[in-house]
Amino acid sequence: MALTVSIVSAAEEVWTGEATQVIAKTTEGEIGILRGHEPVLAVLAEEGNVRVTDSSGTVHTVEAADGFLSVDHDRVEIVARNAKLT
Amino acid sequence: MGAQLRVYTQKIKSAQSTKKITKAMELIAASRIQKALVRVKASNPYARALTRAVSAVATYSNEAHPLTVEREQLKRAAIVILTSDRGLAGAFNSQIIREAGELRAKLEAEGKEVDHYLIGNKAVGYFKFRQRSYIKEWTGISDVPTPEVAQEIAAAVLEAYVSEQVDEIHVVYNRFVSMMTQDPTTVRLLPLEVVEAEESGSAEHLPLYEFEPEPARVLDALLPVYVESRIFNALLQSAAAKQAATQKAMKSASDNADKLITDYTRLRNNARQAEITTQISEIVGGADALASAK
Repeated sequence: MALTVSIVSAAEEVWTGEATQVIAKTTEGEIGILRGHEPVLAVLAEEGNVRVTDSSGTVHTVEAADGFLSVDHDRVEIVARNAKLT
Repeated sequence: MGAQLRVYTQKIKSAQSTKKITKAMELIAASRIQKALVRVKASNPYARALTRAVSAVATYSNEAHPLTVEREQLKRAAIVILTSDRGLAGAFNSQIIREAGELRAKLEAEGKEVDHYLIGNKAVGYFKFRQRSYIKEWTGISDVPTPEVAQEIAAAVLEAYVSEQVDEIHVVYNRFVSMMTQDPTTVRLLPLEVVEAEESGSAEHLPLYEFEPEPARVLDALLPVYVESRIFNALLQSAAAKQAATQKAMKSASDNADKLITDYTRLRNNARQAEITTQISEIVGGADALASAK
């Protein structure tokens, strides 16, 4: 069972699917999330990308800043006011 | 053709063309409701995630945040009124304005002064006509509200709240219940009451989160965004409700036009028959007169 990731912006759901790894930048620094990560609620940095590696190994980069990230039970939610795939 | 007959024919024509217009508007509104509902739906995951996060922080840290604490002295309140830019929607706007008026009376009875923030031409028109003052207005955005506008409105009310110009903020808007019902709703936006997400899974246990940075700063970042998302949701709901109200109003206008057409058609037939009867009796009378003159 991999991570279930959903990236949402204020207006819509930007990306959702299974992933093996998520890397994001929070106000404290970069954070990498693999399965089994402890529950975290972190504030995203002013600017930065979120990199999601899906089950086939492809890396999706999402511009997501000014929001937050939550992890619990292998479910990752990235919530940003503005988010878009690049 | 007699004068009476001509008058009725004219009235039927006018009712028919009115019906064409209202019918078209009904169809336009129907298609716009769908789009508006899609937007409401698309914004749901964001609102749900935010609500979850805010309640997580609120539950696991006993942080008292300025935005959630009720002030001891409530002297000034603000009402944000969400109306539409255009009418032709039945009681949509007047309901909201009445609701806001009642709220204002209630707040004033509690000894608070009331400020107004207006959204939509209809509210602005109402206030301008009565020469009542208001703090700020936003117009031309109510059909397709964007997150940016919600952000702007949130920034304005938060600013007023944080600088202690107002001690509480209420929002009055039309909630979209179904195609047939729009519910004028009042919610207190600030100080915040965190509403549990209205999903069945809300009973699940929130995990023990690790906060990054510390809970207080996470709240600092989350709460304004939460306020913004509440406003955005209200804007979207109001936009959908407006289209539904328009559709309903236009449907009853078309139905009324139909009724008028039937009524006038009957009257016209009556008038035509009366005319024919008159003509016949004139001819019969004339023939009689000729016969008796011989």
